[in-house]
Amino acid sequence: MKNALPLIIGMMTVTYLPRLLPMLVLSDRPLPPLLRRFFLYIPYTALGALIIRGIIESPSDRLISTLAGVIVAAAVSWLRGGLVPSVAAAILAVFFLLS
Amino acid sequence: MNQRSQGKEGLIAAIPIVVGYFPVAMAFGMLAKTVDLSLWDSCWFSLMVFAGASQFMALDLMKAGISFWDIILATFLLNLRHLMMSASLAVRLKELKRTWIPFIAFGITDESFAVASLKRGTLTVPYLLTLQTTAYLAWAGGTLAGYWIGAALPAAVQSSLGIGLYAMFTAILVPEIKKSAHVLCLSLLAGLIYIALTYLALFAAGWNLIATIILSSLAGLVIFNDNKLEVTQ
Repeated sequence: MKNALPLIIGMMTVTYLPRLLPMLVLSDRPLPPLLRRFFLYIPYTALGALIIRGIIESPSDRLISTLAGVIVAAAVSWLRGGLVPSVAAAILAVFFLLS
Repeated sequence: MNQRSQGKEGLIAAIPIVVGYFPVAMAFGMLAKTVDLSLWDSCWFSLMVFAGASQFMALDLMKAGISFWDIILATFLLNLRHLMMSASLAVRLKELKRTWIPFIAFGITDESFAVASLKRGTLTVPYLLTLQTTAYLAWAGGTLAGYWIGAALPAAVQSSLGIGLYAMFTAILVPEIKKSAHVLCLSLLAGLIYIALTYLALFAAGWNLIATIILSSLAGLVIFNDNKLEVTQ
């Protein structure tokens, strides 16, 4: 493979700019309430979309185990709370399902 | 809270990310070797781009002989979602020294955003930098390890650790859902819209995630007419 550095730098540029510009422009600046509310909704909508994406785009032989892992994490988080216990329980559940 | 304990909090918050990143990064390092990337190039990928899904995609596209600009465009589309995450974090960063913005912006990933954006209280620079740097080191270290060892972890171990990231997303979201029906509504809406966009295939695949985030947050503005969610943050 020829030198990949130009590609890496190009990818870095198009990845970094969307990460940087909104933060530069928007931080420390009062926003119209509607826009502010829109941005505050994003964590919830992004998480909903990311979780569903993880499930429906997992390879077909791992669809069930991914779904099971997410359900276990949700159950532990609902009943007991805590990030680490939920993640650990999901990892264990998937490991047992796959092995 | 002082700087030290903020940093410590960031470190602890990064643990699930490290568990999720390392095996995935190992798989990246191993795959990079199989498409004949040098050790340096593989590491530069993880150190400079630092965006998992697009790195895997790039390896695929390189192998398929796709042109330079097409790979750049695909990367841009896939990572454009960080635009929304960066804007969302910016709203919560008050009195932030502008010196740190380039670093914090660089460290925005789905995972660090998920953890940081729903953290209680104010977001401080030591918290964010520790969280992001720890995640970054796990990503870079995993890449190096995968390349060196020339193998990923056994498939069963890899996918069970890989679930860690989705389990983390879930475990971040569930307590919020428990507190607020609005959150349940927003995230369900986003899930349904994502499914609809995927099956309708209206947009190129890279657009689905950002389109979902924009559409469902806009729908939230229409559905909810108050500022209830702001009180929780």
